Amino acid sequence: MSLDRRDFLKLGAAGIVVGVFPGCATSAGEIVRKNGQRVVIVGGGFGGATAAKYIRMWGEEKIEVVLVERNTQFISCPMSNTVLGGSRTINDLTYNYDTLKKKYGVKLVHGEVTAIDPQKQTVILADGYLSYDRLIVAPGVDFMFDQIEGLNARVAGESLPHAWKAGAQTVMLKKQIESMRDGGVFALSIPKAPYRCPPGPYERACQVAFYLKNNKPKSKVLILDANPDITSKKGLFTAAWKELYPGMVEYRANAAVMKVDVAGRIVKTEFEDVKADVLNIIPPMKAGMVANMAGLVGAESRWCAVDFLSYESKLQKNIHVIGDSVLAALPKSGHMATSHAKVCAAAIIELMQGRQPDANPSIANTCYSMVSNNEAMHVAHVYRFNAEKKEMIAAEGGGVSAARSEIEGTVANYWLKNVLADVLL
Amino acid sequence: MNKLRFQTFTIAFITGLTLSSAPVQAAGDNHSRNLAASCAACHGTDGHSVAGTPVLAGMDKKLFVTQMKDFKSGARTGTVMNNHAKGYSDEEFEKMADFFAAQKR
Repeated sequence: MSLDRRDFLKLGAAGIVVGVFPGCATSAGEIVRKNGQRVVIVGGGFGGATAAKYIRMWGEEKIEVVLVERNTQFISCPMSNTVLGGSRTINDLTYNYDTLKKKYGVKLVHGEVTAIDPQKQTVILADGYLSYDRLIVAPGVDFMFDQIEGLNARVAGESLPHAWKAGAQTVMLKKQIESMRDGGVFALSIPKAPYRCPPGPYERACQVAFYLKNNKPKSKVLILDANPDITSKKGLFTAAWKELYPGMVEYRANAAVMKVDVAGRIVKTEFEDVKADVLNIIPPMKAGMVANMAGLVGAESRWCAVDFLSYESKLQKNIHVIGDSVLAALPKSGHMATSHAKVCAAAIIELMQGRQPDANPSIANTCYSMVSNNEAMHVAHVYRFNAEKKEMIAAEGGGVSAARSEIEGTVANYWLKNVLADVLL
Repeated sequence: MNKLRFQTFTIAFITGLTLSSAPVQAAGDNHSRNLAASCAACHGTDGHSVAGTPVLAGMDKKLFVTQMKDFKSGARTGTVMNNHAKGYSDEEFEKMADFFAAQKR
């Protein structure tokens, strides 16, 4: 299908298209006519949006950037657990792409990618195609619903929200918690690592406990963790559960959910059946679907192997992968995705100008976890390129907070404002 | 206090002038920019913080380097800054400081 007149006007009004359609509205042609060197980016989350901005900014606007994103709004997944606790609404975390378009000249195409042709160097959408010199794939994660019997995307969207991508499911889960009886059980299932946002599930347990303590104090939060132990900030989380929510949070290790009875709200682990009032299954994760379209996922892995100097795929030339889909001993976080994006953006600019990428990249990551409405703690590391291993290795001196605090709760909010501005403004 | 602020301003101003009249950066110099980009998530793009963290853009070089060294040694304790500062060499602090000192406040 080609773009119809209404879509044409819509795109034109958004300032994306100037004289792009050469009078032919019937053939599925190039969606935005290519002008010189072009990078197409698929996925406008923390990684993709940052790459778009930084290629324009650092490349002195000489490289054309087309950002393909199916959603018209940007909703921050970082801090979205606080929507469940009640200290934020989803609207507080909802942004748009206007500044990327107007200030940086990024060309936004809202649509769904149906295929990628690495030989012809094209990205195919329902309306036509986009050709590229280099492609950045930043699809985040997709969920392996088939690993849990009884669960699928439809069930998650209609009644058992994972809420592991912020948006409608976050709001649905919040409503389910609000309509739970006092004395009910909120069960949270955590998949085996690696998954997006290592401390996120434990933070979620805190946020739900915060809401329940203030509104339904006889209720319980039950954590069913597929991992053998708490995967992030263990001492800090166990202290928070014990001191802030005594008797309310129960943790079970090695409790992978294998099957779910949706109507009965019962989950089956290897050892037991657990009945819950609100059931929040976070399914196992893999690289986003778009990564599979381009043949970027290795046979032995759910993720995409890259060269850490440029984030170029080890399997496909001229295609780069950033963010959660990358195979690395690095946490899958929004902040980390922005760090990948900057190294990738800098490398692409150098490569397009006939130079070599920075041979000694370093990146940083800070993850705050809000354990109540005002207290937080962090984990922070610098990662440096190790030329021998060709990997990013954590530098000495990284680590976690000595204790949770209100100061860190305040700084966490500073972090959110600055990181979102760095990505979108 | 006023005098100190004036001096800081003067130093930043002169540094800014010197760099802005320098020739176009060679490719290799992008390493300082790339290093400094790691600060942006908490301190804003090019050090232009939009929330409560310190604005690094236009910061006096000596002030930046001294504070980073103090975070690294533990002479000064912060929340996350000790974890970050320990990941860099003193030479890298100088490079980051040059980049930030050259940014318009």
